[in-house]
Amino acid sequence: MKGLLELNDVETFIGQYHILQGISIEVKKGEVTVLLGRNGAGKTTTLRTIMGLNPASKGSVAFKGEPIHSLPTYTIANKGIGYVPEDQGIFAGLTVEENMKVAIQKENEETAKRMDWILNLFPDLKKFWKKPGGLLSGGQKQMLSIARAYINENELLLIDEPSKGLAPIVVEKVMDSILQMKDQTTIVLVEQNFMMASTIGDCFYIIDDGRTISHGTMKQLKEDEGMKRKYLGIA
Amino acid sequence: MDLIMNLTLNGLATGMLIFLLAAGLTLIFGLMDVLNFAHGGLFAWGAYSGLWIYAKTDSFVIGIVGAILTGFLLGIIIERWIIKPVYGNHVQQILITLGLMLVLSEMLKVIWGPNQLTASPPDYLKGSWEVGGVIIIKYRIFIILVGFLIFAGVQFLLKKTKIGLVVRAGVMNKEMVQALGINIQKVFMFVFMIGAGMAALGGVLLGPYSGVIHAGMGMEFAILAFIVVVIGGMGNFKGSVLAAILVGLSGSFMAYYVPDLSLAVNMLLMAIVLIIRPQGLFGAKG
Repeated sequence: MKGLLELNDVETFIGQYHILQGISIEVKKGEVTVLLGRNGAGKTTTLRTIMGLNPASKGSVAFKGEPIHSLPTYTIANKGIGYVPEDQGIFAGLTVEENMKVAIQKENEETAKRMDWILNLFPDLKKFWKKPGGLLSGGQKQMLSIARAYINENELLLIDEPSKGLAPIVVEKVMDSILQMKDQTTIVLVEQNFMMASTIGDCFYIIDDGRTISHGTMKQLKEDEGMKRKYLGIA
Repeated sequence: MDLIMNLTLNGLATGMLIFLLAAGLTLIFGLMDVLNFAHGGLFAWGAYSGLWIYAKTDSFVIGIVGAILTGFLLGIIIERWIIKPVYGNHVQQILITLGLMLVLSEMLKVIWGPNQLTASPPDYLKGSWEVGGVIIIKYRIFIILVGFLIFAGVQFLLKKTKIGLVVRAGVMNKEMVQALGINIQKVFMFVFMIGAGMAALGGVLLGPYSGVIHAGMGMEFAILAFIVVVIGGMGNFKGSVLAAILVGLSGSFMAYYVPDLSLAVNMLLMAIVLIIRPQGLFGAKG
């Protein structure tokens, strides 16, 4: 099966730093692909490169077979890619409602349905609908960021470390929500929390020093103690 | 009592003119991270073009509309071809906008001559009312009303429309706005155009208020506008109106009671604010 998203030998510089030095990934439709690796390995930059926020200097990124690596970020987003950044990217001075409104691309029945679904999934957002985004807790901000990426009919969601800095009980809630979204959209997930990654993920890519060094199904990774110990620090 | 009232109205009217210039400046800085030293040039161009159209058509309203349209047009041209290539580079922005300020001023002299031009309000805005023994000059009230109307209009735009929402979001996080599928370049151009239009409106309103216009008026008022932006908080629209009123009133009262200090008072105000609250009275801590 041809991948929904394909990165082929992608290289990216941030200033003078050569961050990505050869990333090749194939994301299959309907699956959750997890990017794993040490801090600073290049996982976040990979997502930012897909979004055009740190454009690739070499290699190609294709979405549904169409090259997107030279397109501006807003065009890439409009092709159907939702992005949940590592810092959540909440507009602190806008209310929860306004944060959602900025994200909505088309106001139609489908969007209204998705809004109902997402507010049922994250009742806290409904509860704090008129509260500024900056006053939400870390978990609520994460929920808002995911909700914002999901509200449009995006075929692909890029989610960067959703469990980062959250209490275990909130991590479970976020994980549960991603599991529910999994049935409806394709997801690329960057995650350090191996429990979460292995629960949600269908397949994995390990990134080290800006290169994809291994990939396979999550089942294979769970059974490969050597790989887990070497690259993920899991004993 | 009538003296206090007159000084207050005078200060409010001057404050509103400064606000029209400072509002665009602060929005452009907040959203685009651009310090536009040429903004005063748009103010002067609004004055010259608007009063020229007013003289040709004998309609002050058409003159005002013409000035705003001139501001819009210049705003689009400047953003597209002069500011856009230097986004993200503050040193280049300062150099290019300072240069542009000079070019805009000199072009006024080339087109309309080096001498200052006289201006007066239309007949229906001339004269004054007497309310309880207080003389109220009609044109001052007109400027104050226009200033508050523009403030209310822009507040409505920012708070109640999708484009306003996007502008506010863009001030907070430009990158995320783009990642949500919004072309931030178009938003930049829109904000620059609105800011330039407001500056041009301020310029055309100043003409009949001061009685004369000259090519250097843009720079004079731009200094006051920069002070207002610093006092109000860089990028804070509400802060700009309140700071403009503060600067207008302090200038008006000091000019009467302590004339020797009238020029220094605004600098003094800015220095005090910078010492006590470096982010401005209404700016968020950065």
